[in-house]
Amino acid sequence: MIDFLGSPVTVSHYMIVGAVLFVCGVLCMATKRNVLGILMGIELVLNGANVNFVAFGSNLLRERNLGLDGQLMALFVIVLAAAEAAVALAIALNFYNNHTSIDVDTADELKG
Amino acid sequence: MTMFAPSLLAALDWHTFLFLLFALLACGFAAAVVFTSNVVRMAFYLTLSLSSTAGLFFLADAEFVGAMQFMIYVGGTLVLLIFGVMLTAQSRFVQMKTNAGEWVLAAIVGSALLVLLARTALMNPDWRNPREDRNQVAVVESQTATAIGQALTGVRTDRLDASDSTLAGGMSGYLLPFEIASVHLLVVLIGAGYLARAKRRAASSSETSA
Repeated sequence: MIDFLGSPVTVSHYMIVGAVLFVCGVLCMATKRNVLGILMGIELVLNGANVNFVAFGSNLLRERNLGLDGQLMALFVIVLAAAEAAVALAIALNFYNNHTSIDVDTADELKG
Repeated sequence: MTMFAPSLLAALDWHTFLFLLFALLACGFAAAVVFTSNVVRMAFYLTLSLSSTAGLFFLADAEFVGAMQFMIYVGGTLVLLIFGVMLTAQSRFVQMKTNAGEWVLAAIVGSALLVLLARTALMNPDWRNPREDRNQVAVVESQTATAIGQALTGVRTDRLDASDSTLAGGMSGYLLPFEIASVHLLVVLIGAGYLARAKRRAASSSETSA
Protein backbone atom coordinates (compact mmCIF):
# COMPACT_ATOMS: atom_id res chain seq x y z
CA MET A 1 0.00 0.00 0.00
CA ILE A 2 2.76 2.43 0.89
CA ASP A 3 4.70 1.24 -2.12
CA PHE A 4 1.75 1.96 -4.41
CA LEU A 5 1.42 5.45 -2.99
CA GLY A 6 5.10 5.99 -3.54
CA SER A 7 5.31 4.93 -7.16
CA PRO A 8 5.82 7.92 -9.41
CA VAL A 9 3.20 9.26 -11.78
CA THR A 10 3.68 8.52 -15.47
CA VAL A 11 1.98 9.47 -18.70
CA SER A 12 0.03 6.20 -18.54
CA HIS A 13 -1.60 7.31 -15.30
CA TYR A 14 -2.80 10.50 -16.95
CA MET A 15 -3.95 8.63 -20.06
CA ILE A 16 -6.08 6.28 -17.99
CA VAL A 17 -7.72 9.24 -16.26
CA GLY A 18 -8.31 10.77 -19.69
CA ALA A 19 -9.77 7.48 -20.92
CA VAL A 20 -12.19 7.28 -17.98
CA LEU A 21 -13.34 10.86 -18.53
CA PHE A 22 -13.76 10.19 -22.25
CA VAL A 23 -15.80 7.02 -21.72
CA CYS A 24 -17.98 8.77 -19.13
CA GLY A 25 -18.60 11.52 -21.66
CA VAL A 26 -19.52 9.05 -24.38
CA LEU A 27 -21.91 7.25 -22.02
CA CYS A 28 -23.45 10.58 -21.09
CA MET A 29 -23.98 11.49 -24.74
CA ALA A 30 -25.50 8.08 -25.43
CA THR A 31 -27.87 7.67 -22.50
CA LYS A 32 -29.09 11.08 -21.40
CA ARG A 33 -32.54 12.24 -22.48
CA ASN A 34 -31.96 15.83 -21.47
CA VAL A 35 -30.28 17.93 -24.15
CA LEU A 36 -28.18 19.63 -21.48
CA GLY A 37 -27.05 16.21 -20.28
CA ILE A 38 -25.76 15.51 -23.76
CA LEU A 39 -23.90 18.84 -23.69
CA MET A 40 -22.29 17.83 -20.41
CA GLY A 41 -21.14 14.62 -22.07
CA ILE A 42 -19.48 16.66 -24.78
CA GLU A 43 -17.64 18.69 -22.12
CA LEU A 44 -16.41 15.50 -20.46
CA VAL A 45 -15.13 14.13 -23.77
CA LEU A 46 -13.18 17.31 -24.47
CA ASN A 47 -11.74 17.27 -20.98
CA GLY A 48 -10.54 13.70 -21.38
CA ALA A 49 -8.69 14.75 -24.53
CA ASN A 50 -7.26 17.78 -22.71
CA VAL A 51 -5.84 15.61 -19.93
CA ASN A 52 -4.05 13.57 -22.59
CA PHE A 53 -2.66 16.66 -24.29
CA VAL A 54 -1.33 18.14 -21.06
CA ALA A 55 0.21 14.82 -20.03
CA PHE A 56 2.12 14.51 -23.28
CA GLY A 57 3.31 18.08 -23.01
CA SER A 58 4.43 17.81 -19.41
CA ASN A 59 8.06 18.27 -18.55
CA LEU A 60 7.67 16.46 -15.24
CA LEU A 61 6.45 13.15 -16.62
CA ARG A 62 8.77 12.54 -19.55
CA GLU A 63 12.14 13.81 -20.63
CA ARG A 64 11.33 14.01 -24.35
CA ASN A 65 7.94 15.67 -24.40
CA LEU A 66 5.77 17.89 -26.54
CA GLY A 67 6.47 20.89 -24.37
CA LEU A 68 4.35 23.93 -24.99
CA ASP A 69 2.66 22.30 -27.98
CA GLY A 70 0.61 20.02 -25.75
CA GLN A 71 -0.40 22.87 -23.47
CA LEU A 72 -1.33 25.16 -26.36
CA MET A 73 -3.46 22.42 -27.93
CA ALA A 74 -5.25 22.06 -24.60
CA LEU A 75 -5.79 25.84 -24.47
CA PHE A 76 -7.29 25.92 -27.95
CA VAL A 77 -9.54 22.97 -27.09
CA ILE A 78 -10.78 24.86 -24.02
CA VAL A 79 -11.53 27.96 -26.09
CA LEU A 80 -13.31 26.02 -28.82
CA ALA A 81 -15.30 24.01 -26.28
CA ALA A 82 -16.54 27.21 -24.68
CA ALA A 83 -17.61 28.57 -28.07
CA GLU A 84 -19.34 25.33 -29.02
CA ALA A 85 -21.13 25.13 -25.68
CA ALA A 86 -22.50 28.64 -26.21
CA VAL A 87 -23.91 27.84 -29.65
CA ALA A 88 -25.27 24.46 -28.56
CA LEU A 89 -26.98 26.08 -25.59
CA ALA A 90 -28.53 28.72 -27.85
CA ILE A 91 -29.90 25.95 -30.07
CA ALA A 92 -31.17 23.98 -27.08
CA LEU A 93 -32.93 26.99 -25.57
CA ASN A 94 -34.48 27.83 -28.95
CA PHE A 95 -35.77 24.28 -29.14
CA TYR A 96 -37.16 24.58 -25.63
CA ASN A 97 -38.89 27.85 -26.44
CA ASN A 98 -40.52 26.38 -29.54
CA HIS A 99 -41.53 22.95 -28.25
CA THR A 100 -41.65 23.52 -24.46
CA SER A 101 -39.67 20.33 -24.00
CA ILE A 102 -35.98 19.73 -23.31
CA ASP A 103 -36.38 16.00 -23.88
CA VAL A 104 -34.26 14.98 -26.87
CA ASP A 105 -36.76 12.25 -27.78
CA THR A 106 -39.31 14.91 -28.77
CA ALA A 107 -36.94 16.27 -31.44
CA ASP A 108 -38.11 13.84 -34.07
CA GLU A 109 -39.45 15.98 -36.89
CA LEU A 110 -37.31 17.75 -39.43
CA LYS A 111 -39.57 20.62 -40.34
CA GLY A 112 -39.11 23.85 -38.38
CA MET B 1 -3.99 10.17 14.53
CA THR B 2 -1.27 8.45 16.57
CA MET B 3 -1.21 5.56 14.12
CA PHE B 4 0.00 7.91 11.40
CA ALA B 5 3.63 7.92 12.40
CA PRO B 6 5.70 10.79 10.98
CA SER B 7 7.68 8.25 8.95
CA LEU B 8 4.51 7.31 7.06
CA LEU B 9 3.84 10.91 6.14
CA ALA B 10 7.46 11.35 5.13
CA ALA B 11 7.37 8.17 3.04
CA LEU B 12 4.39 9.44 1.07
CA ASP B 13 5.19 10.81 -2.33
CA TRP B 14 3.02 13.90 -2.17
CA HIS B 15 2.93 14.30 -5.92
CA THR B 16 1.56 10.77 -6.32
CA PHE B 17 -0.83 11.19 -3.43
CA LEU B 18 -2.26 14.45 -4.78
CA PHE B 19 -2.45 12.93 -8.26
CA LEU B 20 -4.43 9.96 -6.93
CA LEU B 21 -6.70 12.29 -4.98
CA PHE B 22 -7.49 14.54 -7.94
CA ALA B 23 -7.78 11.59 -10.32
CA LEU B 24 -10.26 9.80 -8.07
CA LEU B 25 -12.28 12.98 -7.64
CA ALA B 26 -12.33 13.68 -11.38
CA CYS B 27 -13.25 10.12 -12.40
CA GLY B 28 -15.68 9.65 -9.53
CA PHE B 29 -17.62 12.79 -10.26
CA ALA B 30 -17.59 12.04 -13.99
CA ALA B 31 -19.15 8.64 -13.22
CA ALA B 32 -21.66 10.42 -10.99
CA VAL B 33 -22.61 12.64 -13.95
CA VAL B 34 -23.37 9.50 -15.97
CA PHE B 35 -25.33 7.64 -13.32
CA THR B 36 -27.50 10.39 -11.88
CA SER B 37 -30.74 11.29 -13.60
CA ASN B 38 -31.25 14.67 -11.94
CA VAL B 39 -29.98 17.32 -14.33
CA VAL B 40 -29.21 19.87 -11.61
CA ARG B 41 -27.03 17.37 -9.79
CA MET B 42 -25.33 16.48 -13.06
CA ALA B 43 -24.32 20.11 -13.49
CA PHE B 44 -22.86 20.28 -9.99
CA TYR B 45 -20.96 17.00 -10.30
CA LEU B 46 -19.56 18.17 -13.63
CA THR B 47 -18.31 21.36 -11.97
CA LEU B 48 -16.48 19.30 -9.35
CA SER B 49 -15.06 16.94 -11.95
CA LEU B 50 -13.68 19.75 -14.09
CA SER B 51 -12.20 21.49 -11.04
CA SER B 52 -10.37 18.29 -10.14
CA THR B 53 -9.10 18.09 -13.72
CA ALA B 54 -7.65 21.56 -13.27
CA GLY B 55 -5.82 20.21 -10.22
CA LEU B 56 -4.41 17.46 -12.42
CA PHE B 57 -3.19 20.09 -14.86
CA PHE B 58 -1.36 21.90 -12.06
CA LEU B 59 0.34 18.66 -11.05
CA ALA B 60 1.55 18.14 -14.63
CA ASP B 61 3.54 21.39 -14.70
CA ALA B 62 0.88 23.21 -16.73
CA GLU B 63 0.07 26.17 -14.52
CA PHE B 64 -1.42 28.42 -17.18
CA VAL B 65 -3.66 25.71 -18.63
CA GLY B 66 -4.89 24.82 -15.15
CA ALA B 67 -5.71 28.45 -14.41
CA MET B 68 -7.49 28.79 -17.77
CA GLN B 69 -9.43 25.59 -17.09
CA PHE B 70 -10.78 27.20 -13.92
CA MET B 71 -11.50 30.56 -15.52
CA ILE B 72 -12.90 29.55 -18.91
CA TYR B 73 -14.29 26.08 -18.37
CA VAL B 74 -15.56 26.08 -14.80
CA GLY B 75 -16.18 29.80 -14.52
CA GLY B 76 -17.61 30.33 -18.01
CA THR B 77 -18.85 27.27 -19.82
CA LEU B 78 -20.28 25.51 -16.79
CA VAL B 79 -21.97 28.67 -15.54
CA LEU B 80 -23.57 28.89 -18.98
CA LEU B 81 -24.70 25.27 -18.71
CA ILE B 82 -26.15 25.94 -15.26
CA PHE B 83 -28.03 28.91 -16.73
CA GLY B 84 -29.46 26.56 -19.34
CA VAL B 85 -30.38 24.01 -16.69
CA MET B 86 -32.14 26.61 -14.58
CA LEU B 87 -34.06 28.02 -17.54
CA THR B 88 -35.37 24.61 -18.58
CA ALA B 89 -35.82 22.95 -15.20
CA GLN B 90 -39.52 22.35 -15.23
CA SER B 91 -40.55 19.72 -12.73
CA ARG B 92 -41.08 17.05 -15.38
CA PHE B 93 -37.65 17.62 -16.96
CA VAL B 94 -35.48 17.62 -13.85
CA GLN B 95 -35.47 13.83 -13.53
CA MET B 96 -35.54 11.89 -16.76
CA LYS B 97 -34.65 8.24 -16.57
CA THR B 98 -33.27 6.16 -19.39
CA ASN B 99 -34.72 2.70 -19.87
CA ALA B 100 -32.72 -0.38 -18.94
CA GLY B 101 -32.14 -1.70 -22.44
CA GLU B 102 -30.21 1.43 -23.41
CA TRP B 103 -28.18 1.16 -20.20
CA VAL B 104 -27.11 -2.40 -21.08
CA LEU B 105 -26.01 -1.40 -24.56
CA ALA B 106 -24.22 1.67 -23.24
CA ALA B 107 -22.44 -0.40 -20.58
CA ILE B 108 -21.20 -2.87 -23.18
CA VAL B 109 -19.94 -0.19 -25.54
CA GLY B 110 -18.48 1.90 -22.71
CA SER B 111 -16.59 -0.93 -21.09
CA ALA B 112 -15.23 -2.11 -24.44
CA LEU B 113 -13.99 1.40 -25.22
CA LEU B 114 -12.48 1.77 -21.76
CA VAL B 115 -10.61 -1.53 -22.03
CA LEU B 116 -9.30 -0.54 -25.46
CA LEU B 117 -8.11 2.87 -24.29
CA ALA B 118 -6.55 1.52 -21.10
CA ARG B 119 -4.64 -1.15 -22.98
CA THR B 120 -3.37 1.50 -25.40
CA ALA B 121 -2.33 3.70 -22.50
CA LEU B 122 -0.28 0.92 -20.92
CA MET B 123 1.16 -0.37 -24.17
CA ASN B 124 4.08 1.97 -24.77
CA PRO B 125 7.09 1.68 -22.42
CA ASP B 126 7.98 5.29 -23.12
CA TRP B 127 4.66 6.25 -21.49
CA ARG B 128 4.78 3.64 -18.72
CA ASN B 129 8.14 4.55 -17.24
CA PRO B 130 8.52 7.65 -15.13
CA ARG B 131 11.24 10.18 -15.55
CA GLU B 132 14.26 9.22 -13.45
CA ASP B 133 15.42 12.72 -12.59
CA ARG B 134 11.95 14.09 -11.84
CA ASN B 135 13.04 15.46 -8.49
CA GLN B 136 15.54 17.69 -10.24
CA VAL B 137 13.01 19.29 -12.58
CA ALA B 138 12.98 22.98 -11.75
CA VAL B 139 9.79 24.64 -10.59
CA VAL B 140 10.46 27.47 -13.02
CA GLU B 141 9.67 25.03 -15.84
CA SER B 142 6.05 25.06 -14.77
CA GLN B 143 5.69 28.84 -15.02
CA THR B 144 4.56 28.76 -18.61
CA ALA B 145 2.38 31.86 -18.84
CA THR B 146 5.10 34.05 -20.39
CA ALA B 147 6.21 31.36 -22.79
CA ILE B 148 2.64 30.64 -23.88
CA GLY B 149 1.96 34.35 -24.38
CA GLN B 150 5.07 34.73 -26.50
CA ALA B 151 4.23 31.58 -28.48
CA LEU B 152 0.78 32.97 -29.23
CA THR B 153 2.34 36.12 -30.68
CA GLY B 154 4.68 34.14 -32.91
CA VAL B 155 7.93 33.61 -31.02
CA ARG B 156 8.69 30.17 -29.61
CA THR B 157 11.00 31.17 -26.78
CA ASP B 158 11.08 27.62 -25.44
CA ARG B 159 12.59 26.27 -28.65
CA LEU B 160 15.25 28.89 -29.32
CA ASP B 161 18.00 26.28 -29.29
CA ALA B 162 16.39 23.96 -31.82
CA SER B 163 19.30 22.59 -33.81
CA ASP B 164 17.41 20.54 -36.40
CA SER B 165 16.95 22.75 -39.45
CA THR B 166 14.12 20.65 -40.87
CA LEU B 167 12.08 21.16 -37.74
CA ALA B 168 12.91 24.85 -37.40
CA GLY B 169 10.33 25.76 -39.99
CA GLY B 170 7.58 24.61 -37.67
CA MET B 171 8.78 26.72 -34.78
CA SER B 172 6.95 29.77 -36.00
CA GLY B 173 4.61 30.06 -33.10
CA TYR B 174 0.86 30.02 -32.80
CA LEU B 175 -0.07 33.40 -34.21
CA LEU B 176 -2.27 32.07 -37.01
CA PRO B 177 -4.31 29.71 -34.78
CA PHE B 178 -4.67 32.59 -32.31
CA GLU B 179 -6.17 34.80 -35.02
CA ILE B 180 -8.40 32.01 -36.26
CA ALA B 181 -9.64 31.36 -32.72
CA SER B 182 -10.35 35.07 -32.26
CA VAL B 183 -12.39 35.28 -35.47
CA HIS B 184 -14.11 32.04 -34.50
CA LEU B 185 -15.14 33.53 -31.15
CA LEU B 186 -16.47 36.62 -32.90
CA VAL B 187 -18.54 34.47 -35.26
CA VAL B 188 -19.84 32.40 -32.35
CA LEU B 189 -20.72 35.55 -30.42
CA ILE B 190 -22.77 36.93 -33.31
CA GLY B 191 -24.33 33.56 -34.10
CA ALA B 192 -25.34 32.76 -30.55
CA GLY B 193 -26.67 36.27 -30.04
CA TYR B 194 -28.77 35.95 -33.20
CA LEU B 195 -30.08 32.51 -32.22
CA ALA B 196 -31.04 33.70 -28.77
CA ARG B 197 -32.70 36.96 -29.82
CA ALA B 198 -36.15 37.85 -28.55
CA LYS B 199 -38.58 37.05 -31.31
CA ARG B 200 -41.67 39.13 -31.99
CA ARG B 201 -44.77 37.08 -31.39
CA ALA B 202 -46.99 36.48 -34.44
CA ALA B 203 -50.20 37.19 -32.44
CA SER B 204 -49.23 40.74 -31.51
CA SER B 205 -48.24 41.64 -35.07
CA SER B 206 -51.63 40.44 -36.40
CA GLU B 207 -53.40 42.48 -33.71
CA THR B 208 -51.57 45.65 -34.66
CA SER B 209 -52.30 45.16 -38.35
CA ALA B 210 -56.04 44.46 -37.81
